[in-house]
Amino acid sequence: MATEPVNEEVAGSCVDAGGSAIGMPQLCFDWFPNQIFWLVITLVVIFLVLSRVALPRIAAILAERKGTITNDLAAAEDLKAKAVEAEEAYNKALADARAEAQRIAAEARAEIQSGLDDAIAKADAEIAAKAAESEKAIAEIRAGALESIQLVAKDTAAELVTALGGEADAKAIDSAVDAQMKG
Amino acid sequence: MATETTAAEGSSLVFHPMDQFIVKPLFGDGAVGMFTITNVTLWLFLAIVAIVLLLIWPTSKRAIVPTRMQSVAELAYGFIYKMLEDICGKEGVKYFPYVMTLFMFIVCANFLGMIPMSFTTTSHFAVTIPLALAVFLTVTVLGFVKNGAGFLSLFWVSSAPLALRPILAIIELISYFVRPVSHSIRLAGNVMAGHAVIKVFAGFAAIAAISPVSVLAITAMYGLEVLVSFIQAYVFTILTCVYLKDALHPHH
Amino acid sequence: MEGDLAHIGAGLAAIGSGAAAIGVGNVAGNFLAGALRNPSAAASQTATLFIGIAFAEALGIFAFLVSLLLMFAV
Repeated sequence: MATEPVNEEVAGSCVDAGGSAIGMPQLCFDWFPNQIFWLVITLVVIFLVLSRVALPRIAAILAERKGTITNDLAAAEDLKAKAVEAEEAYNKALADARAEAQRIAAEARAEIQSGLDDAIAKADAEIAAKAAESEKAIAEIRAGALESIQLVAKDTAAELVTALGGEADAKAIDSAVDAQMKG
Repeated sequence: MATETTAAEGSSLVFHPMDQFIVKPLFGDGAVGMFTITNVTLWLFLAIVAIVLLLIWPTSKRAIVPTRMQSVAELAYGFIYKMLEDICGKEGVKYFPYVMTLFMFIVCANFLGMIPMSFTTTSHFAVTIPLALAVFLTVTVLGFVKNGAGFLSLFWVSSAPLALRPILAIIELISYFVRPVSHSIRLAGNVMAGHAVIKVFAGFAAIAAISPVSVLAITAMYGLEVLVSFIQAYVFTILTCVYLKDALHPHH
Repeated sequence: MEGDLAHIGAGLAAIGSGAAAIGVGNVAGNFLAGALRNPSAAASQTATLFIGIAFAEALGIFAFLVSLLLMFAV
């Protein structure tokens, strides 16, 4: 309530001498023009402030943020695709390397195998040649031995014949020895 | 008169619950004319200041990552925008600044009125009736401009039996014209009631024995009033949206 | 003594506030019951809830207004 007494004539019919309200202040029609006038001004000012400055600005901020988020998402999507690609390339390289390694191993194995085969064949051939040579040498030796036995036998026979006082007929001895040898 | 019966005795219990709504000139003791600068002017002006502080000052940096105040502004924007879009559809978005003006004004005026010793502009019918009438006239004019005579199909309930339709049309017509009345009285009545009740409890606080209860009651009512301040602004805005929808799509 | 009669009338009119309270409680309670049955649909209906509460409360405010008018304006 107002502390100072209010001049009743200027305060109008809505406030009593003590400054208290008479009836409902809301229904005091003396004050309506004033309130409505200032309200209209306020609303117009708020409307202008909002529609000219505040709302376009907030809309711009929100749109900008939306754009930024969309861009970031797209970038993230890109990076993700790149990562997937890289992984695929890595896997492919890995598989390639594995295949290459297998191929090289198989090659090496084949090479070694063929070298081994060659060596075995060569060794076999050498062994065969050596065996044949030895065979021949043995045959020669055997033939040599036979001949020398014949010679020794003939000599021995001639000696024996001589020692027994006979006349060593070379031809007879030869034929006799040959006959004995074949016998 | 209640005021003189309680005040005249000089007892300790003095109720002047309606005194807080008196309009006074800010400078001097003159009469309240149309252009006098009064406490109404002051608190309406403070509402503008509050809106500027809420919506323009925090957004001046246009930060992508918002500060706290900026996200409040963005929340208010998104809240009303979504409400309007949900109810009126895409065509309603055109009237967003209008709806936002109503909401921001009412919510700021209500909350400023919650400051002790302040003057609550939205508790006056002289403030809420023009607001409601503005909505009513806008909706009516818009309905006729957009739909021509088709706007009258709002009152012709085509889903009802033919015999009932004239009666329903009268009822619909009456309810249409009651809209601004309930629209304005709801807001002013809620705000006025809350403030008057707080003042009544404050009157009880003069008696020492019950003053703790009274202070507790004031606290509780104050909390409720803060809630009511927001809900009434929300309801006013959402009803504006609903009425706008009627103007844009009058066919039930 | 006409002022006393007005006070009695004001008190009687204030009963309307209680009636409005019943109405608001009805709206909110039924909304809650429905929302608990089908929580997924609740979010889309909060606007309807507030509109319903507003309509119910407006009539209580009329009663309060009549009460105030009897107290202060008659």
